Amino acid sequence: MTWEPVIGIEVHVELLTSSKMFCGCRVSFGDPPNTNVCPTCLGLPGSLPVPNRRAIEWLVKIGLALNCRINEWSVFHRKNYFYADLPKNYQISQYDHPVCVDGWLDVSGPDGAFRVGIERAHMEEDTGKSIHLGEGGRIHSATQTLLDFNRAGVPLVEIVSKPDIGTPPRARAFAQELREVILTLGVSDARLEEGSMRFDANVSLRRPGGPLGTKVEVKNMNSFRSLERALGYEIDRQRKLLEAGREVVQETRHWDEEAGVTQGMRTKEVSSDYRYFPDPDLVPIVVDTAWRERIAAELPELPAQRRARYLDQGVDPQTASVLSASEPDLRNLYDQAVEAGADPRTTALWVTGEITAALRRDEQLRLPAGGELAELLTLIEQGTVSASAAKEVLAGMLAGEGGAREVAERRNLIQISDSDALSEVVDTVLAENPDAVERYRAGEGKVLGFLVGQVMRATGGRADPRLVNRLLAERLG
Amino acid sequence: MSTPTIAEANRLFEEGLLDPVELLSEVLHRASLTEAELHAYLTIDHEGARRRAEAAAERLARGERRGPLDGIPIALKDNLCTKGVETTCASQILAGWVPPYDATAVARLQEAGAVLVGKTNLDEFAMGSSTENSAYGPTRNPWDTERVPGGSSGGSAAAVAVGSAVAALGSDTGGSIRQPAALCGVVGFKPTYGLVSRYGLVAFASSLDQIGPITRTVADAGMLFEVIAGHDPLDATSYPGQVPRWDAELDAGVGGVRIGLVRELSGDGIDPEVAEVCRRVLDLLSDQGAQVVEVSLPTVEVALSAYYLVAPAECSANLARFDGIRYGLRVPGDTVSETMGRTRAEGFGPEVTRRILLGTYALSAGYYDAFYLQAQRVRALVVQDFAEAYQKADVLVSPTSPTTAFPLGAKVADPLAMYMSDVCTIPSNLAGHPAISLPVGLDSAGLPIGLQIMAPALGETLLFRVAAEVERVAGFDARPRLAEGMP
Ligand SMILES: [Zn+2]
Repeated sequence: MTWEPVIGIEVHVELLTSSKMFCGCRVSFGDPPNTNVCPTCLGLPGSLPVPNRRAIEWLVKIGLALNCRINEWSVFHRKNYFYADLPKNYQISQYDHPVCVDGWLDVSGPDGAFRVGIERAHMEEDTGKSIHLGEGGRIHSATQTLLDFNRAGVPLVEIVSKPDIGTPPRARAFAQELREVILTLGVSDARLEEGSMRFDANVSLRRPGGPLGTKVEVKNMNSFRSLERALGYEIDRQRKLLEAGREVVQETRHWDEEAGVTQGMRTKEVSSDYRYFPDPDLVPIVVDTAWRERIAAELPELPAQRRARYLDQGVDPQTASVLSASEPDLRNLYDQAVEAGADPRTTALWVTGEITAALRRDEQLRLPAGGELAELLTLIEQGTVSASAAKEVLAGMLAGEGGAREVAERRNLIQISDSDALSEVVDTVLAENPDAVERYRAGEGKVLGFLVGQVMRATGGRADPRLVNRLLAERLG
Repeated sequence: MSTPTIAEANRLFEEGLLDPVELLSEVLHRASLTEAELHAYLTIDHEGARRRAEAAAERLARGERRGPLDGIPIALKDNLCTKGVETTCASQILAGWVPPYDATAVARLQEAGAVLVGKTNLDEFAMGSSTENSAYGPTRNPWDTERVPGGSSGGSAAAVAVGSAVAALGSDTGGSIRQPAALCGVVGFKPTYGLVSRYGLVAFASSLDQIGPITRTVADAGMLFEVIAGHDPLDATSYPGQVPRWDAELDAGVGGVRIGLVRELSGDGIDPEVAEVCRRVLDLLSDQGAQVVEVSLPTVEVALSAYYLVAPAECSANLARFDGIRYGLRVPGDTVSETMGRTRAEGFGPEVTRRILLGTYALSAGYYDAFYLQAQRVRALVVQDFAEAYQKADVLVSPTSPTTAFPLGAKVADPLAMYMSDVCTIPSNLAGHPAISLPVGLDSAGLPIGLQIMAPALGETLLFRVAAEVERVAGFDARPRLAEGMP
């Protein structure tokens, strides 16, 4: 009998608002420790929180993009626990009245499209950072802990999926899609390595159709790859336990990237009682219809909508996905080139292929304007430059040598499509290779390729191969 | 001379008979005479006060006074943050802590030119009704130093009573302004919740805390209120609308005003002498054309229980930040959590510890519904009770405190008896309504009796109108032993 994994994902996204969630301090990363702080985000006696309206607006944006219902009325709660980097020893968060509930996200995974339910998305504040000095940088062996409160109070959105995800690759696809949505909304830089987007997962196994098993929370996965690997490992671990007739213990486990295993926390876990209660320093958040509708009207095109549009425009599904996940600059280039009359399918291939590759080699590269790319694609289509020469033209364009035709001419890359001019070359080649002609006529068809090659060589590769073929065929006919 | 009221000082300033430096000297002189016995102050900021008094004197000389508080020596309860001046909340855990910022109310007083004299004693973190819970020793009642001044703003009330401050700010979570005002024979006013910013007031119970004035007269309280009230973008619960004018109908009298005596707060559990004096005042008001009626607030008794769940619950989270990590006392341990635990165990006094534990318990899984949520339901009922009472009366009255000042130590061992001291004042906090206490007479032991007037939210205009009339008809002009007859 088989086991079926059940995976739910919890995501934390740091919003890149200009100021923190409950005070006026700057949201900025990499500044010297404890420079972006004030009485409120340090939790000094007497200080009070005042909500950042922009952050709430961005949360509503996220909620709408995830097809959530936006509660007209929601509440900030205090989540109580003692921790050195939590200035007030409670976190302002949301509990039973979050801003966004009950949504979904459609994901196109490696094995087809699927939908993941979104339980909720709510607003909270980030904690400070503990820097453990001493052996290993871990809290247990630290001789000294330094605290940096620059991050304390940065607006944090928590998104909780329903346990709808069946496999690690799907979990990864969901996480990637969600990141794409966040980036498209422009509310966070969503960097996994730096922790501005953090994924935790809940995993359990059950018999197909059976009741849910004991779930384990897996933390500390800071890339999509480690998310997939950690889940794979954890599912395997649980399966082995269950098959050996043992029980899965409810716990939090950390993913160890180097060892490739999940590990239980060393300390014994006591079940936490966060003693949530409504924060009396804050009044309920009211998102009325007018505000919600205004935010909805300002939503950008979302990744799923974008992919659907690319498909409608004739782009193949694979390329559409790649293009949709590309940087905004590249997507804009595609849109502008298509606008300027270029064929969408070809444009998408060029943008996700040659241009992306060039950009990868040199991040400072100045992208061509949409019209310039359209011009290049027209040159290819009309046979003015060959597909291979076009790459060289593009390189010239990216190097700032000018527009497509200008570069093609200057670099002598215009195809010879004039049959009179080409006929002369063809005749010369035939005259110089009598034995090849002889063999061809004797029925050795593959010799034609040799002759085409000779013509191409004589023209420096600029001859239109289709025309060369036709002219040779006529003469050898 | 004896310390004048704000109104008197203004007149003396204008007539050139007094200047702010002289007034400060008089106030500090009073303090030097009384502090050894009274202990109203935790800190006196001699240097800062002198600097401000001199600046105020210059403004007076140039004819550029900023208003009626310019040059007036005012004391601040030591749970109000004062930039550069130690703020302890009368707790060991904050010993030596100097805030880097001013509370909004404090900043507004500064802008108005007030001379901040110092920081007054209180029950630790404002938790108590006698100022005996101060980590730095109790304040005594200026009328009888063997008795308590009430609390938690006992230092502020005692200082105003003896004139070691012309006026003071206190904070009122369950009666902490009004009850000590009553026990010290001065005026104490708790504004509508949200009218005075709580920014910089070290929180006890955020949904109940409100800063307010303690003064010798109703008009003084109004002048102070006018300066400290008003919307503050730093407090999300601050009321964004217009602040009611305290003096808009001050001289209108009480003709036709329906004054409701709260039945549940005038019989059982109220000292008969106290009840009697209050009834006599109502008769005088009736003579002035007021329509005195009896009204009922059936939930006042359960209100006390609800208060002692809501307030500790909020305090358990509000006081979690005192952990020895970033400021204040630190008692080191082997681990971070041990350090936090030791710091808190040593830093908090018994009453604060009791309330933190009570509140933590009330919020715990499995108890939340039965305690915290139930208390919130009672709170809603209290609001409803008031709404019904205000159908029959325009303002409500009751004694401020069931008794006059009790002896030091009398209730220390019996927290429940101590909690009962707030039975009359707590309902207004739960409802967020304004209420004022003013002295209306003395009992047979010569101790002052306070009358409380309550009004609906934002009903300050009517509240002050009635208070002014009560002040006039009661004609209370006694002064405590420590304010008079001193060398
Ligand atoms: Zn801040």
